[in-house]
Parts: sequence; structure tokens; C-alpha cells
Amino acid sequence: MAAAAARWNHVWVGTDTGILKGVNLQRKQAANFTASGQPRREEAVSALCWGADGETQILVGCADGTVKHFSTEEGRFQGQRQCPGGEGTFRGLAQVDGTLITCVDSGILRVWPDQDKEASSDPLLELRVGPGVCRMRQDPARPHIVATGGKENALKVWDLQGSEEPLFRAKNVRNDWLDLRVPIWDQDIQFLPESQKLVTCTGYHQVRVYDPASPQRRPVLEATYGEYPLTAMTLTPEGNSVIVGNTHGQLAEIDLRQGRLLGCLKGLAGSVRGLQCHPSKPLLASCGLDRILRIHRIRNPRGLEHKVYLKSQLNCLLLSGRDNWEDEPQEPQEPSKVPSEDTETDELWASLEAAAKRKLPDWEQTQGALQARRRKKKRPGSTSS
Amino acid sequence: MAKAGDKSGGSGKKGLKRKAATEEAQEAAVGEDGTTESGVQPPKTAAFPPGFSISEIKNKQRRHLMFTRWKQQQRKEKSAAKKKLKKEREALGDKAPPKPVPKTIDNQRVYDETIVDPNDEEVAYDEATDEFASYFNRQTSPKILITTSDRPHGRTVRLCEQLSTVIPNSHVYYRRGLALKKIIPQCISRDFTDLIVINEDRKIPNGLILSHLPSGPTAHFKMSSVRLRKEIKRRGKDPTEHIPEIILNNFTTRLGHSIGCMFASLFPHNPQFIGRQVATFHNQRDYIFFRFHRYIFKSEKKVGIQELGPRFTLKLRSLQKGTFDSKYGEYEWVHKPREMDTSRRKFHL
Repeated sequence: MAAAAARWNHVWVGTDTGILKGVNLQRKQAANFTASGQPRREEAVSALCWGADGETQILVGCADGTVKHFSTEEGRFQGQRQCPGGEGTFRGLAQVDGTLITCVDSGILRVWPDQDKEASSDPLLELRVGPGVCRMRQDPARPHIVATGGKENALKVWDLQGSEEPLFRAKNVRNDWLDLRVPIWDQDIQFLPESQKLVTCTGYHQVRVYDPASPQRRPVLEATYGEYPLTAMTLTPEGNSVIVGNTHGQLAEIDLRQGRLLGCLKGLAGSVRGLQCHPSKPLLASCGLDRILRIHRIRNPRGLEHKVYLKSQLNCLLLSGRDNWEDEPQEPQEPSKVPSEDTETDELWASLEAAAKRKLPDWEQTQGALQARRRKKKRPGSTSS
Repeated sequence: MAKAGDKSGGSGKKGLKRKAATEEAQEAAVGEDGTTESGVQPPKTAAFPPGFSISEIKNKQRRHLMFTRWKQQQRKEKSAAKKKLKKEREALGDKAPPKPVPKTIDNQRVYDETIVDPNDEEVAYDEATDEFASYFNRQTSPKILITTSDRPHGRTVRLCEQLSTVIPNSHVYYRRGLALKKIIPQCISRDFTDLIVINEDRKIPNGLILSHLPSGPTAHFKMSSVRLRKEIKRRGKDPTEHIPEIILNNFTTRLGHSIGCMFASLFPHNPQFIGRQVATFHNQRDYIFFRFHRYIFKSEKKVGIQELGPRFTLKLRSLQKGTFDSKYGEYEWVHKPREMDTSRRKFHL
């Protein structure tokens, strides 16, 4: 039943044990989805991104080099493709016009063709970005532009339709006051909307803004926060500040116009692995190694909204950007389509606890894929399925 | 007017007080349409104006008097109620309702959603395949390296020696100023499975770093109440070479399970019951008490224990994923006092 409600999940989280979890904050339920029915550590999810049209498909990058397609409409995995080449886990996943862009730890960035149209599984394009990549991010405004950065791998912006050379290659800052070279460790990159600027957060607790449009290849603005490596970053809805998280679980909002700290968010106990802000509402989803997904409200007032314990270490998350946070009602249409199965579903519903308010047709084909979800007793107010 | 002095003076004062109280009551009664009789009533039922509390009396001595009288009255009422309850229980005999359980901080503990359910398959899979899987599958047997912070003093050195007698297959090495990050690859190449570093401050050991070696988590503890063997009263003879049994008490949450696994993986799997030795890690209110005992069954139901070995208390400060790297490592759990210690009834282990 939660399979059909998968489209209404607000947050999708990928874990270290290979389970994709869909969390519905309105109904306070979390559902597990696995491709093979059992959790497997080899399939640890390392990257998540939305699929082709709207938010109906999720591309899940696993540690064994496969990218799986998950449909939120149907609530099951639809297929997978092997994306071999290079060592290490996926550090970035993106899709443009049906083609898939992947980047692995060893620096091999490949563009894969649409699986349905072409039978061959050779990459359309391959770029060597440099070893030790920590993040590859796609520009949401210009989908064929990607940026990569990593440990001792400076920020580079690539145009996939253009030449093999990067569009913009960042330069390291000047030597510090002891005349020593400042090390580079770009952990996360974001493109600022309505301009060509990029923001990065580093493992040496710096937040830097680069502007490819300016003649200066060095960062335009640099701010520091804390004393621990910053691992994740996200832009706030207004676009003037970023929220960063570090390995100690501290979340901070940093203003990009002045480079100062606006405020902190409390609650996390472990390293922050994934952060995402909602595009219009002042909500922030964060997940980390302490196995808990938290939703904070970032302004008026700043505080914790929801907290969900999800039993496995969480690696990455996707927050649904839709405005309507409520489930959409569908009762008038569905029962008329499948009248014959209603008696079975009636008994089924009668035996289950009254959690969902609407009746849905029985989705037999999804039961197989959802063996991993067990029928556990739900305590009132609890958030596990 | 009344002078502070002997008992008669005191009782006189009290008498005066009572009179004063009753006079006040009189006046109040007169002023308020008389809820009490004038002056004859004992002070207990004196009708003070409503809303009057003892703390409004400005005179400290009178206020103290009123308070002690009130306290005595409360005590009398309480003991009378207790006696009455006891009588009722005896009268009912077997049919008496069971005694109510007193509230303690442990049984008022805030519900923790991370408490592990034994039937939960996801958590069971997570635990079965984490970094301790090779120990629990009996593929590796523990080999421990015990060391200290640089330049240890006598207490710390003796604690390390005693710990090495408690933990089988452990080796003590002097630190000699070496960096942990350089020691760890050497340990891995020599097949050590765990590293224990005892940190010392002002000549007493105060911290413990326990790092599981191939790639495992690193736990950092605060150590307190360290008692070496000679400081333990009524202790038994020194421990023998037999492998002890392990007792892990009260590690209920997911974090508690991880820490429990770390402690369990220090000891070999096959305890030698002939040795009758047992090491206990007892978690209560987030403090872990380590004790080492020898037990003997005097009869079928009576057991005697003697405490051997060192004794200390640990409190978890942080659990870091990966081997020791406090600056750049990722933390699974960090203790943040201002965020986590706000409730006296919330515990994390």
C-alpha cells in the first residue's frame, strides 16, 4: 500500500546498506525499497539524482558501479545499467536529455547514452578530471555544464558539448602567512542561480565563491567556519546564503554577500552526509552517520521540525521540491476502475491499522520488489514503516 | 520585646507568637466577617487571609518559626498517612494491592527510538556486516596493542601492565613520542586488531582511545575513578592466564550496541570456565563501569566473588568512523553537552 503512496514521499534517502528509503513526513512513515529484496552492502547508495521528467524517477548510483532506475509512481526499481570504468564510488550523477553523466572517485567522467534507444553500452563521452574527485555537480540552469572538485583536485567547470578542456579552472589562493602552499580539498560544489558563480566548501573548513565571469581565477570570497572538514552544502531559497555541515554534525548558515555566519542549527550528532533545502519553503533536510533524518526550519523560527530514525547510516538524500506537501486525494477515481478487487482490499484494510485514509487498488506486481519491507507493528506517532 | 534566650523564653516567644497569630486571626476574622471564633481556636486552624503565605512574613525569626511549625505538621500528617496505609495492608493481608514501584531516573528514562529491537532485520543485517563481522565470524582473533600518551607516569604505566594481564593476547609498548597515525599502519601490518591508548593528565590516567584496527571505528572515552590492584580492598590473588568471560550489561541503543561490540571484540571467543574469571562492562546512565572478578560457586545457589584487577569508569565522548583521525575523520556520534545533556532522563548508550 505504501508502494502506491511512494509518489507522495517527501524525502528519498540512500543508505550504506543499499536500501532506498522514502519518507512521508505528513503521514510520518518511512518505507524501504531495495532492488533485490534484501539489503546488500555492495549496493551501498553513494549518489542520488532525479530522473528525466519531473520528479517521477530517481537514479540511484550504487557502490558496485551500477545505476538503478527507481520509479516513484510505481514504487519499485525498474532497471539498472552497468557504468563501469574507473575505481571508486560514484561522486556525481546527473542526467541531461536522457543521457546519463557519471563521475567516479578516480576522476573518470562519462556520459552514457539513453539505454532504450541505443543498445551499445559504450560511453558517448569520456573525460579525465583528475584523481581524488569528491563531488561532481550539474548546473541546474544549463544542464550540459558540470563542475568537479576534490582532494588536491581544484575546481574545474566542464562543458560537455564543448571541447575537452575545462571552461574554467580555479587557481589556488596565495601562500599563507608562513609562505606555505594552502592545500586544496573541495568537498561540495553548488552553482549559484542567476549568475555564473559557484560556491565550494572545503575539507579545511573554508567556503569559497568563484566567479568564472571575472578575470580572477582565484576565489572572489572566502569564509571559514569551525575547525572540522565541511562535508555538505546547500543553497537557501533566497540564494544569498548557503548552509554547510561538517564532520561533527554542526550546521551553519553563511551569508555569501558578506561572508559571515548567520546562525547555526542544532541536533545532529554525527557527520553530515547530505543536505538539501526546499526551493520555496524554508525547510532543510539533513542526513548523516548518526542514522537520523532531520528536517529543520531555517527561519522564523529556526528549529527542528521532524526527526526520523532510519536504522542505517545515511549517505545521500533527495528532497522533493513540490509545493503541495499534502497527499493528493484520489478516491473518486480509483475504486470505479477496479471494482472486483474491492472485497479483497476491504479485508486487507480491515486487518491493518488505520494509517492511510484512502483505499488503493492492490498492486500485485510491486509486492515482489518490496519484500524488504516487513509488516512491523507501527507504534502511534512512530516514523518507521 | 521578647528576648532571645532559654527554652522558656523560646516557648514564651512561641506563646507570644500564637497569641499574636490568634490576635491577627481575630482581627482578620473581625474584618472578614468572622470565619473562626475569636481567640479560642488553636493556631492550626487560624484563618489567615486567603493568599497569605509564610514567605510573606518579613521578620526572619517569626518566619522560621512558622515554617518549622508547618514542617512538623506536614511530617505528622505524612507519618499518620503511612501508618494508616500500613494498617490497611496488614488488614487486607494477601489481597492487598501490590506496592507501587518508586520512580527512579532509570525507570523514568525518555523513550529512545534507537533502542534495538531484536526482531528488526535491517538492524540485524547492519550489525552482521559492519566492521566487526570478521571478529564475530571467527575469522580473526584479537591481538591488542596497549600504549599511553607520551611520557607516562607511574600510575598509568601500572594501569597498562594490569590491563594487559586482564586482556589476553595484549602487548604493552612505550609510546616514545610516536604519532598514532604512523603507529596504526605498522599495527595493521603486524596483524593487530585493536589499539588502546590510555591518555594521562597530571599523573593520572583520564582518557581511553579504543581503535579497532583494519578500518574500524575509534571510540574516545573519558576515564575516571581508576583504582589499581593494590588500592582495591578485599581483593583476590592476581589473575591467571585463563581467558575470562565477558558480561556486557545494558547496552540497548544502536550506539550502545556498537560500543558493546567494540568491547566484546577485545576478548577471544572461547572463555575458559576453569579460570572462573569474568570481566564486566556495565552501562548505567551512560557511564560504563569496568570490573574484573573471580567467582566461585559455594553451593548450588550461593556464589562468592572476589574483585581482582583494575577498576575504572568510562564515559563515551565520541565514536569516529575509521581509524584514529581526530581532525579529518568523520564522526558517527559526538557528545555535545549543551544539546544532549538537557534532560536528566535521556541517555544515549
